[in-house]
Order: sequence, then structure tokens, then C-alpha cells
Amino acid sequence: MADMPLVHAVNVTKSFGANQVLKGIDMDVRKGEVVCFLGPSGSGKTTFLRCINQLETIDGGRIWVDGDLMGYAEKGGHLHRLHDKDIARQRREIGMVFQRFNLFPHKTVLDNIIEAPVQVKGEKKAEVTARAYELLERVGLADKPLAYPGQLSGGQQQRVAIARALAMRPKLMLFDEPTSALDPELVGEVLTVMRELAKEGMTMIVVTHEMSFARDVADRVVFMDGGVVVEQGDPKQVINNPQHERTKTFLRRMQSEHEQVIAAVADPLGSGQI
Amino acid sequence: MTSETVDRPGAINARPVRHPGRWVTMALLGVLAAMLVNSFLTNEKWDWAYTFQIMQQTPVIEGLWKGTILGTVLAMLVGVSLGIVLAIMRMSENVVLRGVAFVYTWFFRSIPRYVLLGLFAVGLGYLYNTFDIGIPFTDITFFTLDYQAYSSTVWVGAFALGLSEAAYMAEIARAGILSVDRGQAEAAQALGMSPGQTMRRIVLPQAMRVIVPPTGNETIAMVKDTSLFIAAQITLELYYQATLFGSRAFKVMPGLMAATLWYLIVCTVLMVFQSKLEKHFGRGFGAHAPTKRERRVTALLNRTGDH
Repeated sequence: MADMPLVHAVNVTKSFGANQVLKGIDMDVRKGEVVCFLGPSGSGKTTFLRCINQLETIDGGRIWVDGDLMGYAEKGGHLHRLHDKDIARQRREIGMVFQRFNLFPHKTVLDNIIEAPVQVKGEKKAEVTARAYELLERVGLADKPLAYPGQLSGGQQQRVAIARALAMRPKLMLFDEPTSALDPELVGEVLTVMRELAKEGMTMIVVTHEMSFARDVADRVVFMDGGVVVEQGDPKQVINNPQHERTKTFLRRMQSEHEQVIAAVADPLGSGQI
Repeated sequence: MTSETVDRPGAINARPVRHPGRWVTMALLGVLAAMLVNSFLTNEKWDWAYTFQIMQQTPVIEGLWKGTILGTVLAMLVGVSLGIVLAIMRMSENVVLRGVAFVYTWFFRSIPRYVLLGLFAVGLGYLYNTFDIGIPFTDITFFTLDYQAYSSTVWVGAFALGLSEAAYMAEIARAGILSVDRGQAEAAQALGMSPGQTMRRIVLPQAMRVIVPPTGNETIAMVKDTSLFIAAQITLELYYQATLFGSRAFKVMPGLMAATLWYLIVCTVLMVFQSKLEKHFGRGFGAHAPTKRERRVTALLNRTGDH
């Protein structure tokens, strides 16, 4: 399976109670590809992301990451649920960045980054610490190793979260609305780090509302709505010239929101009509 | 006075509100305090000199250390560790574990500690002379414990109190674990940490911030509950030893006051200790000065680090 994509998802379904959130998603992501998921809230894009690293168990379909069937083993024609420890092993290869950062508040920045490599992979503390320093340099926080997350801004916390995920040397990075919880002036610093990462060839799946990031950085844009993939393809094609009515409606709404933000920034006293 | 100062109000020099009620209560309390001091000084049965003498007697000090304090420490060690295990069992997906934890809590919360001490020391000693560890229903025995020799020691007393304490600590630990944001466990899982590692390294240390204050109260309560040890015929304990001196000399109040003063001292020390612990587990949740370890790490990094 030399040409098998890094992420290979077939007919993935997922329900929360009576509410079917994913209605048969097929999705391939090649190694080194950057894929952005767009769509209104409740469309299932975050759930799909969480299914990839088994934070949610799927009801139907299969997901392979680098040839590994996620969450199950196929033996004698039967699927066997994997033990928690084996699922944990599968997750080591997949980094995840959360909307709300989820840094460990009781640990310093440095301890946040070295925690998993030392505890999970059993790497030497000195080696990981050296690597943590390089990572902090890369995300522009070389001066903050001993700060606690609570002493950092949202943008700084999210950059630490990215460094923490990268410290495990993942094959794949999942970003779940990484800038949605940030003040507008802090979004840029996080996107810059993500742009760098994409340039270095990291395979990335990004759930986002940042249209300009999707247009400039993504190799492919996937538009989801109502638990299905409505449309996907080249970013400029999908964003500038959407084929489906639902995509057009969504993008129009995003555009007008974007203009409102620009107007609000240009007119901070709010005297203009918004 | 010029017209300007009239137009523009100056410093406020108003009459304060009167609080006559405060003066009345103060006077009343003053009278009561004076009566108490009067009693201390004029009623010779207080016999403070004898009280202080009792406090310094070797059996009393020994009872304080080897009964009250050691018993509290042991009981709380059993209570906290078993309580955390019970809390995790209560939240487990395993129905059997959940049920066991529930029944345990129900049982031990329903039994008075005085009765429990009797059950363990006297009752179990009445049922069995020895405890054997081996293969059930065979004659193979690996290890034999002479229970008669232990049934009236602080070990058994603290164990019984610890079992009771675990039932309460389980609820406290559960509240603490539930107080930690769900995203913390998810972040740990996403990094490949096992459920055990996630609980030990990420969730429990944060839960401690919520667990420590009520545990301090439980510890202080435990200090006082060691005075129940007599139910297990444990006599090496502060209250029994102090009152024994009092009653032997027909000086009941000095005996009781010797115990009272020691309890006051121990609990005051514990309260100071508790506030220190709260600060430790609250780190990262507010501004604080760097700890010794952080300063060491900084120094180390400065020495090695030309990144």
C-alpha cells in the first residue's frame, strides 16, 4: 500500500443520540497535504476531526491513519475494539490543537511540552528539553519556558499548544478551530506559526473559519454541511467560485461578517451602522 | 471664606454613623470574659499548675504522638488513598466497580466510628485469633498474623477509622475530579497518554486544588476522632492518658483541660499547614513567585542553553 493516503476515511457515520452528525464521510488526505474544513457550526467538521484520533468513537465506516485502522483490529473477519492502551499508542502519531488550547495549567510551558515525550515515549528528559527549546524558538516563545499558561495571552497559549503537539514528532496535525477563541489581534501570530508548519511539509487537517488562511495555505478546501461533504477542491476554486448553493450561502455570510469586523476595526467608536 | 470654596466642595468632615448596639454587645462580652477570668483565678479546682504538669507527663506526650498524631496520619493515609480509588471506581465504566464503590460508601457512612472501632478490635478478635494468608479452603498458608496481639493497637484503630474516612474522602475526591475541565483529559489523551497516566499526571494534580481544603477539615476532625480509640481498648492516646492522670488525682478538670489544650495546639498547627498546602496545589492558578525547582531549572538552562 505504498500509495495509500496518510488519512483514509470511508463512509464514516456518527450519531449523538438521535442526532446523526456524520452521514457517511469519505475523505483521503495525502502525506504533506494541508486540508481546510469549512462549514457552518453543527456541520460535523469538528466531530470528524475528533473521530480521526478517536476522541469520538465512530458508529460506522472505517478510518485508517498511515495504514493503521483506528480504534479496532480486524481478526478473522471480525472487528475487535482495541484496548485503551493501544488506542493511546495510535494517538501518539497524531498531534491535536484545540480551540480552547487545553494547556495543563498546573505545569509550566516547558513541562507542558516535555510531559508526553517523557511520560509516553520514555524519552530522556534532557533531550526533550533541548527539543522543547527549539520548538519554543520556532513558535516565538523562547523567553517563556517557565511561565504558567495562566500568565500567557491566548495567542501565546495556542502557540505553546502547537509546540506541545509537535514535541511528539507527529505524522499528522489536527487543528480544531485554533483561532476561534482568540481576540482578533492575536489570530495572526497563531496563523503565522501554522503557515510555517505547512511550508515545512507537515500534513495538516484544519477546521477553521479563517478564509484567507484556507485560500493561501490549503492545498484543498472541504466544505461540509449537515453531516456530509458538499463540495471540495482547489481553495481558490471553492472559495471564489463555489458550485453549490449551500456553499455560496455560507461564503456570503462569512464575507459579510468579515466586512463587519473590518468596519468595526476601522470605526472603533461604533458610530457607523453595523 | 471666598465664594469659590463655597461653590467647590472641600474635604468631607461628616459625623460617622453611631453603632450603639456594638457598645452594648461589647460591654456584655466584657462582663462574661471577666466572669471567666474570675473563675480561672479564684476557683482553685481549675488548678492550672496541675493542668500544665499533666500536659508534660511522659505517658500523655507518648499518647499524643503514638496515638493521636500517628493514628491521625495513618487513618488519613488509608482514607485518602482508598477514597481516591473509590472515587475513580464510582466514575468507572465498569458496572461492578461502580456497584462496589456505592455499597462501600453506603456501609461505612452508616456505621458510627465508635461502633466501627469496637467491631474491628473487639469483634474481629472475638471471631478469629489469627489472620492467615494462603489458598482458601486448603491448609496451605503463606503468612499468619496474630490478631490478638494487634487488636488493641493504634494500627487497627487507625485502619478502622481510615476505612470510615475513605467513604467520605471518596465523595470529596469525586467532586475534585469532576471539577477538572474535560478538555484537560482530552488533551492528555490526544498526546497518547493512557487513562492511568491522564488521571495521575493531569487530572488528579488539578483536582487536588479542590480536594485539599475539605481534606484539611477531615484531618482536623480525625484528630478529634482518635479520642474514640478507647472503643477498641486502645489506651495509648491523648484523651485517655490525660484524663487518667486527672481522675487518679481526683482533679477531673485539669485532666480534661490538659487534653483540650493539646487538641487546640495540634489543630492550630494543622490549620497553618493546610493553608500552605492550598498554596502549593493552587500553583498556575494565579501569580506567584518562582519555586525553588523553577529557579534551579532557570539556572540550569542559562548554563547549558545557547539555543
